[in-house]
Amino acid sequence: MRRYSIFAVAREALRYHSGWEKAWASPEPKKRYDVIVVGAGGHGLATAYYLGKVHGITNVAVIEKGWLGGGNTGRNTTIIRSNYLQDPSSAIFEKARSLYEDLSTDLNYNVMFSPRGLLMLAQSEHEMRGYKRTVYANNLQGVETRWIDRHEVKNLVPILNIDGPRYPVLGALYQERGGTARHDAVAWGYARRCSAMGMDIIQNCEVKGVRTEGGKVVGVDTTKGAIDCGKLAIVVAGHSSVLADMAGFRLPIESRALQAWVSEPIKPTIDVVVMANLVHGYMSQSDKGELVIGGGTDGFNNYSQRGSWQHVEETTRALIETFPVISRLKMLRQWGGIVDMTGDRSPILSKTPVEGIYVNCGWGTGGFKAIPGSGYAMAELVAKDYSPLAAEFGLHRFKEGQFIDESVAAGVAH
Amino acid sequence: MLTLTCPYCGVTVEETELYPGGEAHLKRFGPGSTDAEFESYMFARKNPKGVHFERWRHAYGCGKWFLAARDTVTWEVFGTYSAQTPEPPAALVATIKQKRPGWEGWK
Ligand SMILES: Cc1cc2nc3c(=O)[nH]c(=O)nc-3n(C[C@H](O)[C@H](O)[C@H](O)COP(=O)(O)OP(=O)(O)OC[C@H]3O[C@@H](n4cnc5c(N)ncnc54)[C@H](O)[C@@H]3O)c2cc1C
Ligand SMILES: [Zn+2]
Repeated sequence: MRRYSIFAVAREALRYHSGWEKAWASPEPKKRYDVIVVGAGGHGLATAYYLGKVHGITNVAVIEKGWLGGGNTGRNTTIIRSNYLQDPSSAIFEKARSLYEDLSTDLNYNVMFSPRGLLMLAQSEHEMRGYKRTVYANNLQGVETRWIDRHEVKNLVPILNIDGPRYPVLGALYQERGGTARHDAVAWGYARRCSAMGMDIIQNCEVKGVRTEGGKVVGVDTTKGAIDCGKLAIVVAGHSSVLADMAGFRLPIESRALQAWVSEPIKPTIDVVVMANLVHGYMSQSDKGELVIGGGTDGFNNYSQRGSWQHVEETTRALIETFPVISRLKMLRQWGGIVDMTGDRSPILSKTPVEGIYVNCGWGTGGFKAIPGSGYAMAELVAKDYSPLAAEFGLHRFKEGQFIDESVAAGVAH
Repeated sequence: MLTLTCPYCGVTVEETELYPGGEAHLKRFGPGSTDAEFESYMFARKNPKGVHFERWRHAYGCGKWFLAARDTVTWEVFGTYSAQTPEPPAALVATIKQKRPGWEGWK
Protein backbone atom coordinates (compact mmCIF):
# COMPACT_ATOMS: atom_id res chain seq x y z
CA MET A 1 0.00 0.00 0.00
CA ARG A 2 1.43 3.32 -1.04
CA ARG A 3 1.06 6.02 1.60
CA TYR A 4 -1.13 9.02 0.92
CA SER A 5 0.74 12.26 1.56
CA ILE A 6 1.26 15.75 0.20
CA PHE A 7 4.22 14.38 -1.78
CA ALA A 8 2.03 11.71 -3.33
CA VAL A 9 -0.48 14.38 -4.38
CA ALA A 10 2.33 16.49 -5.89
CA ARG A 11 3.85 13.49 -7.67
CA GLU A 12 0.53 12.45 -9.12
CA ALA A 13 -0.33 16.00 -10.13
CA LEU A 14 2.79 15.96 -12.33
CA ARG A 15 1.79 12.76 -14.10
CA TYR A 16 -1.91 13.30 -14.67
CA HIS A 17 -2.91 11.18 -11.65
CA SER A 18 -2.01 8.01 -13.48
CA GLY A 19 -0.21 6.39 -10.57
CA TRP A 20 -2.90 6.01 -7.90
CA GLU A 21 -3.38 2.39 -7.03
CA LYS A 22 -6.68 0.76 -6.10
CA ALA A 23 -7.52 1.46 -2.47
CA TRP A 24 -8.36 -2.20 -1.83
CA ALA A 25 -8.21 -5.48 -3.71
CA SER A 26 -11.30 -7.40 -4.87
CA PRO A 27 -10.23 -11.03 -4.43
CA GLU A 28 -12.17 -14.24 -4.92
CA PRO A 29 -12.85 -16.03 -1.62
CA LYS A 30 -10.32 -18.55 -0.31
CA LYS A 31 -11.40 -21.95 0.98
CA ARG A 32 -10.94 -21.06 4.64
CA TYR A 33 -10.29 -18.13 6.96
CA ASP A 34 -9.50 -17.98 10.66
CA VAL A 35 -12.20 -15.34 11.04
CA ILE A 36 -15.03 -14.39 8.74
CA VAL A 37 -16.74 -11.08 9.39
CA VAL A 38 -20.17 -10.78 7.77
CA GLY A 39 -20.99 -7.19 6.83
CA ALA A 40 -18.58 -4.60 5.45
CA GLY A 41 -20.10 -1.65 7.24
CA GLY A 42 -17.99 0.47 9.55
CA HIS A 43 -18.35 -1.95 12.46
CA GLY A 44 -17.42 -5.05 10.44
CA LEU A 45 -14.43 -3.37 8.81
CA ALA A 46 -13.22 -1.88 12.09
CA THR A 47 -13.53 -5.30 13.72
CA ALA A 48 -11.31 -6.77 11.02
CA TYR A 49 -8.85 -3.89 11.24
CA TYR A 50 -8.29 -4.20 15.00
CA LEU A 51 -8.14 -8.01 14.72
CA GLY A 52 -5.10 -7.48 12.52
CA LYS A 53 -3.62 -4.42 14.15
CA VAL A 54 -4.01 -5.35 17.82
CA HIS A 55 -4.24 -9.14 17.78
CA GLY A 56 -2.16 -10.11 14.76
CA ILE A 57 -5.00 -12.11 13.17
CA THR A 58 -4.92 -11.38 9.45
CA ASN A 59 -6.33 -14.51 7.82
CA VAL A 60 -9.65 -12.69 7.77
CA ALA A 61 -12.41 -12.18 5.22
CA VAL A 62 -15.04 -9.47 5.35
CA ILE A 63 -18.05 -10.60 3.33
CA GLU A 64 -20.51 -8.03 2.03
CA LYS A 65 -23.68 -8.63 0.07
CA GLY A 66 -23.64 -5.21 -1.56
CA TRP A 67 -20.81 -2.72 -1.68
CA LEU A 68 -18.73 -1.83 1.35
CA GLY A 69 -20.15 1.04 3.37
CA GLY A 70 -23.45 0.84 1.47
CA GLY A 71 -25.53 -0.01 4.54
CA ASN A 72 -26.20 2.33 7.42
CA THR A 73 -22.56 3.38 7.48
CA GLY A 74 -23.13 5.26 4.22
CA ARG A 75 -26.59 6.48 5.17
CA ASN A 76 -26.15 8.12 8.54
CA THR A 77 -25.90 11.75 9.55
CA THR A 78 -22.42 11.24 11.04
CA ILE A 79 -22.98 12.65 14.50
CA ILE A 80 -20.22 11.73 16.95
CA ARG A 81 -20.64 12.17 20.70
CA SER A 82 -20.09 10.21 23.88
CA ASN A 83 -22.39 11.99 26.36
CA TYR A 84 -24.31 8.87 27.37
CA LEU A 85 -25.67 8.25 30.82
CA GLN A 86 -24.63 4.75 31.89
CA ASP A 87 -21.01 3.86 32.64
CA PRO A 88 -20.60 1.00 30.11
CA SER A 89 -22.01 3.23 27.34
CA SER A 90 -19.79 6.16 28.12
CA ALA A 91 -16.79 3.84 28.22
CA ILE A 92 -17.27 2.39 24.75
CA PHE A 93 -18.56 5.59 23.11
CA GLU A 94 -15.75 7.67 24.61
CA LYS A 95 -13.22 5.05 23.50
CA ALA A 96 -14.65 5.45 20.00
CA ARG A 97 -14.67 9.24 20.14
CA SER A 98 -11.09 9.34 21.34
CA LEU A 99 -10.00 6.94 18.58
CA TYR A 100 -11.71 9.25 16.08
CA GLU A 101 -9.44 12.09 17.24
CA ASP A 102 -6.48 10.60 15.40
CA LEU A 103 -8.10 8.04 13.16
CA SER A 104 -7.00 9.89 10.01
CA THR A 105 -3.34 9.50 11.03
CA ASP A 106 -3.81 5.92 12.16
CA LEU A 107 -5.47 4.89 8.89
CA ASN A 108 -3.48 7.26 6.65
CA TYR A 109 -6.88 8.27 5.31
CA ASN A 110 -8.64 11.56 5.89
CA VAL A 111 -11.88 10.74 7.70
CA MET A 112 -12.52 14.46 8.19
CA PHE A 113 -13.23 14.17 11.89
CA SER A 114 -14.61 17.55 12.86
CA PRO A 115 -15.04 17.99 16.61
CA ARG A 116 -17.07 21.12 16.09
CA GLY A 117 -19.12 20.82 19.26
CA LEU A 118 -22.50 19.26 19.90
CA LEU A 119 -25.52 20.61 21.74
CA MET A 120 -28.48 18.69 23.04
CA LEU A 121 -31.15 21.29 23.65
CA ALA A 122 -33.26 21.18 26.77
CA GLN A 123 -36.73 22.39 25.86
CA SER A 124 -38.61 21.29 28.94
CA GLU A 125 -37.98 21.20 32.68
CA HIS A 126 -37.67 17.43 32.53
CA GLU A 127 -35.08 17.50 29.82
CA MET A 128 -33.15 20.14 31.72
CA ARG A 129 -33.00 17.96 34.80
CA GLY A 130 -32.13 14.91 32.74
CA TYR A 131 -29.26 16.61 30.94
CA LYS A 132 -27.85 18.12 34.12
CA ARG A 133 -27.82 14.61 35.51
CA THR A 134 -26.00 13.42 32.39
CA VAL A 135 -23.40 16.16 32.85
CA TYR A 136 -22.75 14.99 36.42
CA ALA A 137 -22.50 11.39 35.26
CA ASN A 138 -20.20 12.31 32.38
CA ASN A 139 -17.90 14.27 34.67
CA LEU A 140 -17.56 11.23 36.91
CA GLN A 141 -16.93 9.02 33.87
CA GLY A 142 -14.19 11.29 32.54
CA VAL A 143 -16.27 12.43 29.57
CA GLU A 144 -15.98 16.16 29.08
CA THR A 145 -19.42 17.74 28.85
CA ARG A 146 -21.02 20.72 30.49
CA TRP A 147 -24.37 22.40 30.97
CA ILE A 148 -24.68 25.76 29.23
CA ASP A 149 -27.44 28.29 29.68
CA ARG A 150 -29.75 29.56 26.95
CA HIS A 151 -27.70 32.68 26.24
CA GLU A 152 -24.59 30.67 25.63
CA VAL A 153 -26.66 28.43 23.38
CA LYS A 154 -27.80 31.49 21.42
CA ASN A 155 -24.20 32.67 21.12
CA LEU A 156 -23.14 29.37 19.66
CA VAL A 157 -26.14 29.07 17.35
CA PRO A 158 -27.38 32.52 16.38
CA ILE A 159 -30.01 31.09 13.99
CA LEU A 160 -31.72 29.30 16.85
CA ASN A 161 -35.04 30.59 18.11
CA ILE A 162 -34.68 30.21 21.87
CA ASP A 163 -37.96 31.89 22.80
CA GLY A 164 -40.43 29.27 21.74
CA PRO A 165 -43.34 29.88 22.02
CA ARG A 166 -44.02 26.17 22.22
CA TYR A 167 -40.59 24.83 23.04
CA PRO A 168 -38.36 27.57 24.50
CA VAL A 169 -34.71 26.60 24.82
CA LEU A 170 -33.78 26.43 28.51
CA GLY A 171 -30.14 25.47 28.02
CA ALA A 172 -28.14 22.62 26.57
CA LEU A 173 -25.91 19.69 27.27
CA TYR A 174 -22.71 20.67 25.48
CA GLN A 175 -19.93 18.35 24.38
CA GLU A 176 -17.22 20.48 22.91
CA ARG A 177 -15.29 17.58 21.35
CA GLY A 178 -18.36 16.01 19.77
CA GLY A 179 -18.99 16.61 16.09
CA THR A 180 -19.03 14.79 12.78
CA ALA A 181 -16.81 12.82 10.38
CA ARG A 182 -17.08 11.71 6.77
CA HIS A 183 -18.95 8.41 6.88
CA ASP A 184 -17.76 6.91 3.59
CA ALA A 185 -14.18 7.78 4.40
CA VAL A 186 -14.40 5.85 7.66
CA ALA A 187 -15.47 2.71 5.79
CA TRP A 188 -13.00 3.28 2.96
CA GLY A 189 -10.10 4.04 5.29
CA TYR A 190 -10.62 0.87 7.31
CA ALA A 191 -11.14 -1.19 4.14
CA ARG A 192 -7.92 0.07 2.61
CA ARG A 193 -5.90 -0.86 5.69
CA CYS A 194 -7.56 -4.26 6.02
CA SER A 195 -6.72 -5.01 2.41
CA ALA A 196 -3.14 -3.86 2.96
CA MET A 197 -2.83 -6.30 5.85
CA GLY A 198 -3.73 -9.12 3.47
CA MET A 199 -7.36 -9.49 4.47
CA ASP A 200 -9.95 -10.25 1.79
CA ILE A 201 -12.87 -7.89 1.39
CA ILE A 202 -15.38 -9.79 -0.70
CA GLN A 203 -18.15 -7.58 -2.03
CA ASN A 204 -21.30 -8.61 -3.91
CA CYS A 205 -21.31 -11.84 -1.94
CA GLU A 206 -24.33 -12.60 0.23
CA VAL A 207 -24.17 -14.99 3.15
CA LYS A 208 -27.12 -17.37 2.67
CA GLY A 209 -26.51 -19.93 5.39
CA VAL A 210 -24.40 -20.65 8.45
CA ARG A 211 -22.95 -24.16 8.82
CA THR A 212 -22.45 -25.64 12.26
CA GLU A 213 -21.24 -29.01 13.53
CA GLY A 214 -21.89 -30.15 17.07
CA GLY A 215 -22.93 -26.69 18.20
CA LYS A 216 -19.85 -25.07 16.71
CA VAL A 217 -19.56 -22.90 13.62
CA VAL A 218 -17.59 -24.33 10.69
CA GLY A 219 -18.39 -22.02 7.81
CA VAL A 220 -20.88 -20.07 5.74
CA ASP A 221 -22.68 -20.64 2.45
CA THR A 222 -22.57 -17.65 0.17
CA THR A 223 -23.54 -16.66 -3.33
CA LYS A 224 -19.86 -17.29 -4.16
CA GLY A 225 -19.89 -20.78 -2.66
CA ALA A 226 -19.09 -22.32 0.70
CA ILE A 227 -16.34 -20.77 2.81
CA ASP A 228 -14.97 -22.34 5.99
CA CYS A 229 -13.99 -20.43 9.08
CA GLY A 230 -12.71 -20.87 12.60
CA LYS A 231 -14.78 -18.02 13.99
CA LEU A 232 -17.65 -15.99 12.63
CA ALA A 233 -18.46 -12.39 13.50
CA ILE A 234 -21.95 -11.28 12.47
CA VAL A 235 -21.94 -7.50 12.05
CA VAL A 236 -24.90 -6.77 9.81
CA ALA A 237 -26.98 -4.13 11.67
CA GLY A 238 -30.56 -4.32 10.35
CA HIS A 239 -30.08 -7.87 9.08
CA SER A 240 -28.86 -9.32 12.39
CA SER A 241 -32.06 -11.30 12.98
CA VAL A 242 -31.82 -12.80 9.50
CA LEU A 243 -28.25 -14.03 10.10
CA ALA A 244 -29.13 -15.23 13.62
CA ASP A 245 -32.00 -17.21 12.11
CA MET A 246 -29.51 -18.90 9.75
CA ALA A 247 -27.42 -19.85 12.77
CA GLY A 248 -30.45 -21.07 14.71
CA PHE A 249 -30.98 -18.49 17.44
CA ARG A 250 -33.01 -15.34 18.00
CA LEU A 251 -31.95 -11.86 19.02
CA PRO A 252 -33.74 -9.17 21.02
CA ILE A 253 -33.71 -6.96 17.94
CA GLU A 254 -36.30 -5.35 15.72
CA SER A 255 -35.45 -3.76 12.38
CA ARG A 256 -36.91 -0.35 11.71
CA ALA A 257 -36.49 2.37 9.11
CA LEU A 258 -34.67 5.55 10.01
CA GLN A 259 -34.53 8.42 7.56
CA ALA A 260 -32.41 11.47 6.91
CA TRP A 261 -32.53 14.29 4.41
CA VAL A 262 -30.43 17.24 3.26
CA SER A 263 -31.27 20.72 2.06
CA GLU A 264 -29.87 22.54 -0.91
CA PRO A 265 -26.37 23.87 -0.13
CA ILE A 266 -26.20 27.29 1.49
CA LYS A 267 -23.52 29.57 2.95
CA PRO A 268 -22.14 28.57 6.37
CA THR A 269 -24.91 29.13 8.89
CA ILE A 270 -24.36 26.70 11.72
CA ASP A 271 -20.98 25.38 12.86
CA VAL A 272 -22.07 23.02 15.62
CA VAL A 273 -24.36 20.00 15.73
CA VAL A 274 -27.74 20.72 17.33
CA MET A 275 -30.03 18.00 18.59
CA ALA A 276 -33.55 18.85 19.73
CA ASN A 277 -34.71 15.61 21.24
CA LEU A 278 -38.02 16.85 22.57
CA VAL A 279 -39.27 17.71 19.10
CA HIS A 280 -37.37 14.81 17.51
CA GLY A 281 -35.06 16.57 15.15
CA TYR A 282 -31.41 17.33 14.72
CA MET A 283 -29.34 19.34 12.29
CA SER A 284 -25.79 20.13 11.25
CA GLN A 285 -24.20 21.61 8.15
CA SER A 286 -22.00 19.56 5.86
CA ASP A 287 -18.82 20.88 4.30
CA LYS A 288 -20.73 21.19 1.02
CA GLY A 289 -23.17 23.55 2.74
CA GLU A 290 -26.16 21.22 2.91
CA LEU A 291 -28.12 21.12 6.12
CA VAL A 292 -28.14 17.51 7.25
CA ILE A 293 -31.35 16.64 9.06
CA GLY A 294 -32.73 13.60 10.78
CA GLY A 295 -35.53 12.58 13.08
CA GLY A 296 -37.04 9.50 14.68
CA THR A 297 -37.51 5.92 13.56
CA ASP A 298 -40.69 4.36 12.30
CA GLY A 299 -42.62 2.34 14.84
CA PHE A 300 -42.98 -0.88 12.85
CA ASN A 301 -40.67 -3.56 11.47
CA ASN A 302 -39.31 -2.84 8.06
CA TYR A 303 -36.59 -4.08 5.72
CA SER A 304 -37.36 -1.82 2.78
CA GLN A 305 -34.88 1.04 3.39
CA ARG A 306 -37.85 3.36 2.98
CA GLY A 307 -39.50 5.20 5.81
CA SER A 308 -42.83 6.84 6.42
CA TRP A 309 -43.49 10.27 5.07
CA GLN A 310 -44.95 11.72 8.25
CA HIS A 311 -41.60 11.51 10.04
CA VAL A 312 -40.05 13.79 7.45
CA GLU A 313 -42.95 16.15 7.84
CA GLU A 314 -42.96 16.13 11.65
CA THR A 315 -39.22 16.64 11.99
CA THR A 316 -39.05 19.36 9.38
CA ARG A 317 -41.97 21.15 11.00
CA ALA A 318 -40.28 20.99 14.40
CA LEU A 319 -36.96 22.21 13.06
CA ILE A 320 -38.56 25.11 11.24
CA GLU A 321 -39.97 26.24 14.56
CA THR A 322 -36.53 25.90 16.14
CA PHE A 323 -34.60 27.42 13.20
CA PRO A 324 -37.04 29.82 11.47
CA VAL A 325 -34.44 30.82 8.82
CA ILE A 326 -34.59 27.41 7.17
CA SER A 327 -38.28 27.63 6.36
CA ARG A 328 -37.73 28.57 2.70
CA LEU A 329 -35.04 25.99 1.97
CA LYS A 330 -35.63 23.27 -0.57
CA MET A 331 -34.82 19.74 0.48
CA LEU A 332 -32.54 18.03 -2.02
CA ARG A 333 -32.88 14.37 -1.21
CA GLN A 334 -34.06 11.94 1.41
CA TRP A 335 -33.15 8.34 2.17
CA GLY A 336 -33.57 5.60 4.74
CA GLY A 337 -31.60 2.86 6.42
CA ILE A 338 -32.68 -0.21 8.39
CA VAL A 339 -31.59 0.13 11.97
CA ASP A 340 -31.33 -2.65 14.55
CA MET A 341 -33.22 -1.61 17.66
CA THR A 342 -32.86 -3.20 21.10
CA GLY A 343 -35.26 -2.58 23.96
CA ASP A 344 -32.76 -0.71 26.12
CA ARG A 345 -31.32 1.20 23.14
CA SER A 346 -27.86 -0.24 23.86
CA PRO A 347 -25.80 -2.40 21.52
CA ILE A 348 -25.04 -6.10 21.73
CA LEU A 349 -21.44 -7.31 21.57
CA SER A 350 -21.61 -10.90 22.54
CA LYS A 351 -20.87 -14.55 22.24
CA THR A 352 -23.91 -16.52 21.10
CA PRO A 353 -25.49 -19.93 21.74
CA VAL A 354 -23.33 -21.26 18.86
CA GLU A 355 -19.65 -21.71 19.74
CA GLY A 356 -17.42 -19.54 17.58
CA ILE A 357 -20.17 -17.13 16.53
CA TYR A 358 -20.06 -13.58 17.85
CA VAL A 359 -22.55 -10.80 17.21
CA ASN A 360 -22.06 -7.07 17.10
CA CYS A 361 -25.38 -5.33 16.55
CA GLY A 362 -28.10 -3.29 18.17
CA TRP A 363 -26.36 0.02 17.50
CA GLY A 364 -29.69 1.15 16.16
CA THR A 365 -29.90 4.81 15.36
CA GLY A 366 -26.55 5.76 16.83
CA GLY A 367 -23.68 3.49 15.88
CA PHE A 368 -21.64 5.59 13.48
CA LYS A 369 -20.04 7.41 16.40
CA ALA A 370 -19.11 4.07 17.91
CA ILE A 371 -17.35 2.46 14.96
CA PRO A 372 -13.72 2.62 16.17
CA GLY A 373 -14.54 1.68 19.77
CA SER A 374 -16.93 -1.06 18.74
CA GLY A 375 -14.42 -2.55 16.30
CA TYR A 376 -11.73 -2.39 18.95
CA ALA A 377 -13.87 -4.18 21.54
CA MET A 378 -15.30 -6.68 19.06
CA ALA A 379 -11.84 -7.66 17.83
CA GLU A 380 -10.78 -8.29 21.42
CA LEU A 381 -13.93 -10.34 22.06
CA VAL A 382 -13.38 -12.47 18.96
CA ALA A 383 -9.66 -12.91 19.60
CA LYS A 384 -9.75 -13.54 23.34
CA ASP A 385 -13.37 -14.40 24.14
CA TYR A 386 -13.45 -11.45 26.53
CA SER A 387 -13.33 -7.70 26.22
CA PRO A 388 -13.76 -5.39 29.21
CA LEU A 389 -15.40 -2.75 26.98
CA ALA A 390 -17.91 -5.29 25.67
CA ALA A 391 -18.48 -7.27 28.86
CA GLU A 392 -21.72 -5.60 29.88
CA PHE A 393 -23.17 -5.56 26.37
CA GLY A 394 -23.57 -9.36 26.24
CA LEU A 395 -26.79 -11.19 25.46
CA HIS A 396 -26.85 -12.37 29.10
CA ARG A 397 -28.22 -8.96 30.08
CA PHE A 398 -31.63 -9.86 28.67
CA LYS A 399 -31.80 -13.01 30.76
CA GLU A 400 -30.59 -11.28 33.89
CA GLY A 401 -32.41 -7.99 33.48
CA GLN A 402 -29.11 -6.09 33.53
CA PHE A 403 -30.22 -3.52 30.99
CA ILE A 404 -28.10 -0.59 30.02
CA ASP A 405 -30.93 1.86 29.70
CA GLU A 406 -30.07 4.57 27.24
CA SER A 407 -33.57 5.23 25.99
CA VAL A 408 -33.30 8.74 27.34
CA ALA A 409 -29.78 9.52 26.14
CA ALA A 410 -30.61 8.05 22.74
CA GLY A 411 -34.17 9.34 22.72
CA VAL A 412 -33.79 10.68 19.24
CA ALA A 413 -32.01 9.05 16.32
CA HIS A 414 -28.40 10.00 15.77
CA MET B 1 -47.36 5.51 3.69
CA LEU B 2 -48.66 2.27 5.16
CA THR B 3 -52.42 1.80 5.12
CA LEU B 4 -54.31 -0.91 7.01
CA THR B 5 -57.97 -1.84 7.25
CA CYS B 6 -59.37 -1.91 10.77
CA PRO B 7 -61.30 -5.18 11.03
CA TYR B 8 -63.76 -3.63 13.49
CA CYS B 9 -64.59 -0.35 11.75
CA GLY B 10 -63.98 -1.75 8.28
CA VAL B 11 -62.29 1.48 7.21
CA THR B 12 -58.88 1.65 5.55
CA VAL B 13 -56.73 4.19 7.35
CA GLU B 14 -53.25 5.67 7.10
CA GLU B 15 -50.63 4.73 9.66
CA THR B 16 -50.86 8.13 11.35
CA GLU B 17 -54.23 6.95 12.66
CA LEU B 18 -52.68 3.76 14.03
CA TYR B 19 -50.32 2.77 16.79
CA PRO B 20 -47.89 -0.13 16.14
CA GLY B 21 -47.66 -2.78 18.84
CA GLY B 22 -44.99 -5.23 17.73
CA GLU B 23 -45.02 -8.97 17.06
CA ALA B 24 -48.38 -10.76 17.35
CA HIS B 25 -49.28 -14.18 18.75
CA LEU B 26 -46.64 -14.14 21.47
CA LYS B 27 -47.39 -16.72 24.12
CA ARG B 28 -47.25 -15.05 27.49
CA PHE B 29 -45.02 -16.55 30.15
CA GLY B 30 -45.26 -15.17 33.67
CA PRO B 31 -44.56 -16.29 37.22
CA GLY B 32 -43.73 -19.98 37.45
CA SER B 33 -42.17 -20.22 34.01
CA THR B 34 -38.49 -20.93 33.41
CA ASP B 35 -36.00 -18.10 32.89
CA ALA B 36 -35.53 -19.16 29.29
CA GLU B 37 -39.27 -19.09 28.56
CA PHE B 38 -39.66 -15.71 30.19
CA GLU B 39 -36.65 -14.27 28.36
CA SER B 40 -37.84 -15.47 24.99
CA TYR B 41 -41.36 -14.17 25.61
CA MET B 42 -39.98 -10.79 26.65
CA PHE B 43 -37.18 -10.30 24.14
CA ALA B 44 -36.49 -12.96 21.48
CA ARG B 45 -38.18 -11.62 18.38
CA LYS B 46 -38.62 -13.21 14.97
CA ASN B 47 -38.12 -9.91 13.23
CA PRO B 48 -38.52 -11.66 9.87
CA LYS B 49 -37.52 -10.28 6.51
CA GLY B 50 -40.79 -11.07 4.75
CA VAL B 51 -44.09 -12.28 6.19
CA HIS B 52 -44.76 -10.81 9.62
CA PHE B 53 -47.71 -10.93 12.00
CA GLU B 54 -48.08 -7.87 14.13
CA ARG B 55 -50.33 -5.96 16.50
CA TRP B 56 -51.80 -2.59 15.68
CA ARG B 57 -54.19 -0.30 17.51
CA HIS B 58 -56.71 1.85 15.74
CA ALA B 59 -55.64 4.63 18.08
CA TYR B 60 -57.50 7.57 16.53
CA GLY B 61 -60.52 5.51 15.53
CA CYS B 62 -62.29 2.83 17.52
CA GLY B 63 -59.29 2.52 19.85
CA LYS B 64 -59.18 -1.27 19.57
CA TRP B 65 -56.24 -3.59 19.02
CA PHE B 66 -56.21 -5.76 15.90
CA LEU B 67 -53.71 -8.00 14.12
CA ALA B 68 -52.21 -7.73 10.66
CA ALA B 69 -50.19 -9.96 8.35
CA ARG B 70 -47.76 -7.91 6.32
CA ASP B 71 -44.58 -8.24 4.27
CA THR B 72 -41.76 -6.25 5.90
CA VAL B 73 -39.92 -5.83 2.60
CA THR B 74 -42.70 -4.91 0.17
CA TRP B 75 -45.23 -3.59 2.73
CA GLU B 76 -47.87 -5.76 1.04
CA VAL B 77 -50.71 -6.35 3.50
CA PHE B 78 -52.13 -9.87 3.36
CA GLY B 79 -54.96 -9.23 5.75
CA THR B 80 -56.09 -7.89 9.13
CA TYR B 81 -58.13 -9.69 11.77
CA SER B 82 -59.40 -9.43 15.30
CA ALA B 83 -56.95 -9.42 18.21
CA GLN B 84 -58.98 -12.15 19.92
CA THR B 85 -57.56 -14.70 17.47
CA PRO B 86 -54.96 -17.02 19.03
CA GLU B 87 -53.51 -18.13 15.66
CA PRO B 88 -53.61 -16.59 12.18
CA PRO B 89 -56.84 -17.68 10.47
CA ALA B 90 -56.38 -20.69 8.15
CA ALA B 91 -57.73 -18.82 5.12
CA LEU B 92 -55.20 -16.05 5.63
CA VAL B 93 -52.34 -18.52 5.99
CA ALA B 94 -53.44 -20.18 2.75
CA THR B 95 -53.50 -16.82 0.93
CA ILE B 96 -49.99 -16.01 2.13
CA LYS B 97 -48.68 -19.47 1.14
CA GLN B 98 -50.06 -18.92 -2.33
CA LYS B 99 -48.42 -15.52 -2.64
CA ARG B 100 -45.13 -16.52 -0.98
CA PRO B 101 -44.49 -20.18 -1.94
CA GLY B 102 -41.13 -20.26 -0.14
CA TRP B 103 -42.62 -19.07 3.15
CA GLU B 104 -41.92 -21.44 6.05
CA GLY B 105 -45.21 -20.86 7.92
CA TRP B 106 -46.10 -18.64 10.83
CA LYS B 107 -44.56 -20.56 13.78
C1 LIG C 1 -30.68 7.76 8.54
C2 LIG C 1 -29.70 7.34 9.58
C3 LIG C 1 -29.05 8.29 10.35
C4 LIG C 1 -28.12 7.92 11.31
N1 LIG C 1 -27.45 8.89 11.99
C5 LIG C 1 -26.47 8.55 12.85
C6 LIG C 1 -25.67 9.58 13.46
O1 LIG C 1 -25.84 10.77 13.21
N2 LIG C 1 -24.70 9.19 14.34
C7 LIG C 1 -24.47 7.87 14.64
O2 LIG C 1 -23.61 7.60 15.46
N3 LIG C 1 -25.19 6.87 14.04
C8 LIG C 1 -26.18 7.18 13.15
N4 LIG C 1 -26.91 6.20 12.54
C9 LIG C 1 -26.66 4.80 12.90
C10 LIG C 1 -25.46 4.24 12.16
O3 LIG C 1 -25.56 4.51 10.80
C11 LIG C 1 -25.36 2.73 12.36
O4 LIG C 1 -25.48 2.39 13.73
C12 LIG C 1 -24.02 2.20 11.87
O5 LIG C 1 -23.68 2.75 10.63
C13 LIG C 1 -24.09 0.70 11.77
O6 LIG C 1 -22.93 0.23 11.14
P1 LIG C 1 -22.78 -1.28 10.81
O7 LIG C 1 -21.44 -1.47 10.25
O8 LIG C 1 -23.16 -2.07 12.02
O9 LIG C 1 -23.95 -1.57 9.76
P2 LIG C 1 -24.05 -1.29 8.19
O10 LIG C 1 -23.25 -0.15 7.77
O11 LIG C 1 -25.50 -1.32 7.85
O12 LIG C 1 -23.33 -2.58 7.60
C14 LIG C 1 -23.90 -3.87 7.64
C15 LIG C 1 -23.58 -4.52 6.32
O13 LIG C 1 -23.97 -5.89 6.35
C16 LIG C 1 -24.34 -6.25 5.05
N5 LIG C 1 -25.12 -7.48 5.08
C17 LIG C 1 -26.38 -7.66 5.57
N6 LIG C 1 -26.77 -8.93 5.38
C18 LIG C 1 -25.75 -9.58 4.78
C19 LIG C 1 -25.55 -10.92 4.32
N7 LIG C 1 -26.50 -11.84 4.45
N8 LIG C 1 -24.37 -11.23 3.74
C20 LIG C 1 -23.40 -10.30 3.60
N9 LIG C 1 -23.53 -9.03 4.00
C21 LIG C 1 -24.69 -8.66 4.59
C22 LIG C 1 -25.12 -5.04 4.56
O14 LIG C 1 -25.18 -5.01 3.15
C23 LIG C 1 -24.33 -3.88 5.15
O15 LIG C 1 -23.40 -3.32 4.26
C24 LIG C 1 -27.85 6.54 11.56
C25 LIG C 1 -28.51 5.58 10.80
C26 LIG C 1 -29.41 5.95 9.81
C27 LIG C 1 -30.08 4.89 8.98
ZN1 LIG D 1 -61.23 0.71 14.16
